Amino acid sequence: MEFYFALLLDTILVSNVVLAQFMGICPFLGVSRKLDSAVGMGCSVTVVLVLATAATWVINTYFLLPYGLDYLRTLIFILVIAALVQLLEITMKKYLPALHRALGIYLPLITTNCAVLGVTISAVDEGLDFLPALVFALGSGLGFLLAMLLFAGVRSKLENCDIPPAFRGMPCTLIAASLVAMAFMGFSGVADGIFSI
Amino acid sequence: MRAKEIFLNGIVKENPVLVLVLGTCPTLAVTTMAVNGLGMGLATTAVLVCSNIVISLLKRVIPNQVRIPSYIVIISGFVTIVSLLMEAYARELYQALGLFLSLIVVNCIILGRAEMFAAKNSVFHSMLDGAGMGLGFTLALTLIGSIREIFGSGTWFGLQILPEAISPVTIFLLAPGGFFVFGCMIAVVNFFRRKSDRLVRNACMNCPSIGACQNGREGEF
Repeated sequence: MEFYFALLLDTILVSNVVLAQFMGICPFLGVSRKLDSAVGMGCSVTVVLVLATAATWVINTYFLLPYGLDYLRTLIFILVIAALVQLLEITMKKYLPALHRALGIYLPLITTNCAVLGVTISAVDEGLDFLPALVFALGSGLGFLLAMLLFAGVRSKLENCDIPPAFRGMPCTLIAASLVAMAFMGFSGVADGIFSI
Repeated sequence: MRAKEIFLNGIVKENPVLVLVLGTCPTLAVTTMAVNGLGMGLATTAVLVCSNIVISLLKRVIPNQVRIPSYIVIISGFVTIVSLLMEAYARELYQALGLFLSLIVVNCIILGRAEMFAAKNSVFHSMLDGAGMGLGFTLALTLIGSIREIFGSGTWFGLQILPEAISPVTIFLLAPGGFFVFGCMIAVVNFFRRKSDRLVRNACMNCPSIGACQNGREGEF
């Protein structure tokens, strides 16, 4: 149990997908202007990440590795993710229309979100078992959500600032992201310190 | 004349990293050293040129409804080829780039050029466009990598640049330094192109995420 908590804490805070590993920067910069869309995107990514990791882990372990096909991993994983996102969208539209209205517009973008492909590949690369891989994916998704939430707050303050013209827009956003990333550096060692492993 | 314009377009006028702000993940992640930036840029260029050629050849064959999945399959095929070649002949670089070599598949520059350019233009022009965009990407990555390497570890392509007495600022090699240097670079580019032309209002048309991205919808940048 302790292992899972340590893993969860580590993926959310210490090795945060966005702020420490630079995955999923496009949605992080693009969809974080308003709080509600940041939450929507973060939740969709978390759901897709957990489902995609479950699917790709099974495919990798029982299909690709035994037949020596692991060089096709990138190709198969991206197709599985694309199919899964489509399936999720269709299912949600039919059975959970309210949720689909809230998260629907974010789903198609997730296929090309490198956080999803990156996390599924690293879960397999690090040789995690099924359950730890799912916790790893959940932690990464929650870490993404946390980063989006915090950054949406930072950006809402930026809107009213008087910024030198050359820095307006993207440059200032990136420098704000740099400060948020610096804050997250303070977490390094937290998971190890609490659980002393 | 037109061929030259297409080639130079990606390098200067619509530089994918510094002007269009696409492909940010590899730009930030691998540029801790100039040589990694160069390697990543060249790998992406190779994939971009090959995928642009093949997609342009197949533009009448691929049905419109399934074009995005088809592009992804073509692109990931080339990514696999490039990463296998790199594993065999440039092992050090392969290990340094790691996961981000596979993530070339989801680099929005490549999918964007397939959708915007290769699907509509001739094979030769698509090849030039891929080469130009790829070289622009390589140039930007090498530049950012150089700045971070010189400040962060005092070296450039492994050569000692700053005197050993000056202790390097390690934070340039970490995540905050990446965001900071990238932000400053875009600010410098903005400063020089602000007055002359207000090009690429439709920069975001290249990005597959345009549907939900607020920057794209409101024509920011």
